[in-house]
Amino acid sequence: MTKPSGTILEGDSRPEGSGTGTGTRNTGDCGKLLLLQAELDGELDAAQAAALADHRAGCPVCKRNEALLAATRRALQGATYHRAGPELVRALAGRISAGQAPPRQQAPPPRRVAVGWQGLAGFGAGAALAAAIILTLVPAGRPGLVAALVDDHVRALQPGHLLDVVSTNQHTVKPWFDGRIDFAPPVKDLTAMGFPLLGGRLDYIQGRTVAVLVYSRGKHLVELFLWPASRGAGEPASTARNGYNVLHWTANGMSISAVSDLDPAGMEEFVRDWQRAP
Amino acid sequence: MGTDDAFTAVALPHLDAAFNLARWLTGSRADAEDVVQEAMLRALTYFPTYRGGSGRAWILQIVRNTAYGALKARRGERVAQYGGADEVAAIEDIPDPTDDPEKALIMSDNLARIDALIEALPLELRETLVLRELEELSYRDIAQVTSVPIGTVMSRLWRARRMLAQAAAKGDRQ
Repeated sequence: MTKPSGTILEGDSRPEGSGTGTGTRNTGDCGKLLLLQAELDGELDAAQAAALADHRAGCPVCKRNEALLAATRRALQGATYHRAGPELVRALAGRISAGQAPPRQQAPPPRRVAVGWQGLAGFGAGAALAAAIILTLVPAGRPGLVAALVDDHVRALQPGHLLDVVSTNQHTVKPWFDGRIDFAPPVKDLTAMGFPLLGGRLDYIQGRTVAVLVYSRGKHLVELFLWPASRGAGEPASTARNGYNVLHWTANGMSISAVSDLDPAGMEEFVRDWQRAP
Repeated sequence: MGTDDAFTAVALPHLDAAFNLARWLTGSRADAEDVVQEAMLRALTYFPTYRGGSGRAWILQIVRNTAYGALKARRGERVAQYGGADEVAAIEDIPDPTDDPEKALIMSDNLARIDALIEALPLELRETLVLRELEELSYRDIAQVTSVPIGTVMSRLWRARRMLAQAAAKGDRQ
């Protein structure tokens, strides 16, 4: 079965021998088919990829299969990703708070996680779940603000709430904020780095107006919350390590928070790219 | 951290992934919602046995097993079991399409159409493809979720992609 570490193509899962005599029946396999697929799926380490590259260079079958795999990948980018609706979140919270969860009387919970599964029924929305997630994940620092940001992020993911201005062009998004707020958020184009801009919106969080820029990476959304900072510059501080990640920093008089379900490495890449972009 | 709160942290960020997989397996939003609710309750019960590792793979494995149970009960849909060594070798059991499958796929940019092509795949190929292409799971995680060896994941992925290309080519001829 699965191995805890090492490369995936070891021992009995090595696929080269799997053709066992059928390779001549049609032109589909040159013996390296599944290795080629693994390479295109990003599953080979450098040594395995190098070994394959030698074969691939002169193999017409690999060329054809590579084209087929690339075509399926492109086509599948149009496939629907079905997201859970608010009604499911509500039903789930209701069922879990209706006594189907294990009792929790053994130890009183710490105060900061007062909004747990049991308390969700009264809230009944995705935002409450997000608050529960982040309260669990963020033990210190600024839980109030982080909860509010993630709260807003999750609310924005509900249909119709994501964007006030829909544009991939920074020169359309930036002027849209003019006249609506009393500060000018920097709007950067990160398309070349793999984070295309989707648009922006305005939100009201913890008593102040906040500009939100929405970027995407594959199926993930990264939201950038910007508002005037009360203090000077500050290095990025990560406030979650699982689920929703929040990275907060201060630059050029702006408080900036990035919120996403991207993994921490992806988040750090985003923040680096943002800070470097003109 | 109490059990419930730890569970919340591990499971809830994957609610969309859970729903997406359930929806692709069951074919309807209503069924998927039932499956996800049931799976999350099961996950909460099993949570004390969770030993770390990929939280997403752990949740999706429970969702997948719950969905299979629901499919069996509700529709009597044929639920494929792991076919053993023969299946690992069966990467060539799909004949070459006569037309150019790459071309057909490139042209099938109609969203409803690619969804329909995925829906038409056999369950075990559909789930493998969805976990790889929509959830972007590693082979190792897909092997965990679907309870088969990695070699089987690889051959299923190839068969799924090839069938998709073949179906696209067929659709274009009609």
